[in-house]
Amino acid sequence: MTDRVVQIAEEADWGSLHGKLLACGRYLIRNPSLILGLALLLALALFTLLGRLMLDVKLAAPLSAPPAQPPGPGLPLGSDPQGRNLMAVMIEGTWLTIRTGVIAGGLGVIVGSAIGFISAYLGGFTDRAITWCVDVLLTVPAILFLVMISAVVQTGLTSIGMALIVAALAWRRPARQVRSQMLVMRSSGYVDMAKLSGLGPLRIIFFEIAPNLLPFLVSSFVTAVAAAILASVGLEAMGLGPQNEPTLGMTIFWIMEFSAFLRGLWWWILPPVGILIVLFVGLYLVNAGLDELANPRLRRRA
Amino acid sequence: MPLRLIVRRLVMVLAVVWAAGTINFFIPRIAPKNPIAEKLTQMAGTSGVDPTKIKEMAEAFNVKFGLDKPLWQQYLTYLHDVFTLDFGQSITQYPVRVSTLIGGAMPWTIGLMATTTLIAFLLGTLLGAAAAWRRDSRILQVLSPLMMVFSAIPFYLIGLVLIYFFAAKLGWFPLSGGYGIISIPDWSWEFAVEVLYHSILPALSIIIASIGTWAIGMRGMMVTVEGEDYMTFAEAKGLRPGRLFLRYGMRNAVLPQITALALYFGQIVTGAVLVEIVFAYPGVGTLLLDSIKLYDFPTIYGIVFILTLTVALSMLVVDLIYPLLDPRVRVEA
Repeated sequence: MTDRVVQIAEEADWGSLHGKLLACGRYLIRNPSLILGLALLLALALFTLLGRLMLDVKLAAPLSAPPAQPPGPGLPLGSDPQGRNLMAVMIEGTWLTIRTGVIAGGLGVIVGSAIGFISAYLGGFTDRAITWCVDVLLTVPAILFLVMISAVVQTGLTSIGMALIVAALAWRRPARQVRSQMLVMRSSGYVDMAKLSGLGPLRIIFFEIAPNLLPFLVSSFVTAVAAAILASVGLEAMGLGPQNEPTLGMTIFWIMEFSAFLRGLWWWILPPVGILIVLFVGLYLVNAGLDELANPRLRRRA
Repeated sequence: MPLRLIVRRLVMVLAVVWAAGTINFFIPRIAPKNPIAEKLTQMAGTSGVDPTKIKEMAEAFNVKFGLDKPLWQQYLTYLHDVFTLDFGQSITQYPVRVSTLIGGAMPWTIGLMATTTLIAFLLGTLLGAAAAWRRDSRILQVLSPLMMVFSAIPFYLIGLVLIYFFAAKLGWFPLSGGYGIISIPDWSWEFAVEVLYHSILPALSIIIASIGTWAIGMRGMMVTVEGEDYMTFAEAKGLRPGRLFLRYGMRNAVLPQITALALYFGQIVTGAVLVEIVFAYPGVGTLLLDSIKLYDFPTIYGIVFILTLTVALSMLVVDLIYPLLDPRVRVEA
């Protein structure tokens, strides 16, 4: 009982730096999967950032090393049949793949939130029409449409172009989620209270609703990034990515194109598959750990 | 089943099909280049294709897309073709019709997807239910979070790992393909065994990656159901635990899983396409990859459209089956 009182007393001290750190620490202890997920993502970030300092990423281009060499001195991960230094490919590929995901996921969340917000705010016929369109688009498997788009613009595609293509469909889920959250908040007590006390609509949106929507948007962003990486790597594995950039998905495509399994080039196969698995699992764990932030009711008694 | 619901679902499917068709129509037209013309010129320049045949093809495509007619008329003709599943002729395997190519590949894809989805659904649902039921079991408490982590990994990456260990390293399974290189497909017993043998790794990669998705949902629902009064009552009546688990617990907790199945179809199709590519399995995914590599646009459009249609129809079927399983939906009529 006393412990609980002390705990409440400490948590009330939210304004100070100490209180904030304490709350963050408690959150991490309650959600160990967040720690693990962040650690995995941090490891990848360190790998690609430190790697760039130690190795020239231009070596990721073809013909910069003897072809199909196993790992050895000077070539820590060996090279592929086109003479790419695979260590440089992994360093540059991790960076390009994460960047694609962040750009596409970020755009998706921004555009999606705006659409969901407008839909919920206007209500009535507009809301029904937008919701229905989003539902129809959600039924369509995104990657199939992305296949169409990238097949048409294929030649000369860059990884930034890739991110924009993926973003073209990344807004659907955030739009749907933000709309339903907005509907819940619009009818909640504190918004009524703010209206009664005479606040204008903009003030209510930015100072009352937005802060409550923020944790939700963070979790939505992580999901969107994971989905965008999934889509972009999938497209690249089909050969629909930037042909001249060493992204992880393109590496998977080349592996299959050059039948690496038949030729026993194991050093070519394992690193990109491993990095992608770490990336997806890391994003999943972070998202699982943020669940409590987005739905505080899940909070367990610590 | 309320008639209004059926009509609404049908309208939804039509809208999806229409959206898919319309996007298929407009994307190539707003693109800076005409891919078909480009492809034909490229073929004329690089390969030894008979020039008269290429001219014939170009004319066929001009008539096909009615490029001399106004856009709205082109659009209507196009919609008519699409709704009758006529996608024209393949460029790379001219004059084979795209619908024939897809028809040949589709049984492989549907076979692989249907079996793996069913197995993963059953195993995942059971695992999730058991994990919620037997919270004292160490194995279940470790196994279910592990499967959930696997669910974050795309099917084809698990496929690559499986190929690496079980096909390349250990040599227990073939590296790729749907049947042996020298076999000729027929309806014999040997061929069926061969197909089954070749499908084990592709199937396994889909199953491993999707069990967790089903387990998460089922575990959550089962925990909720356990707290219900009728469970306490059934237990007080002295029912056997097995009956309690299956007839009282799972029966009630499984319903949202069926809804989730409908929402998950799109992901399964996408995943299966990439798994086929990784394993060079002779389904629609591999056909799609080949068409992409050879710029066979009619085939690409056809596959995209057919797969979208498959997803929409599967969702419709689940929606129509649902009231048979949940009496509450029937009563509302």
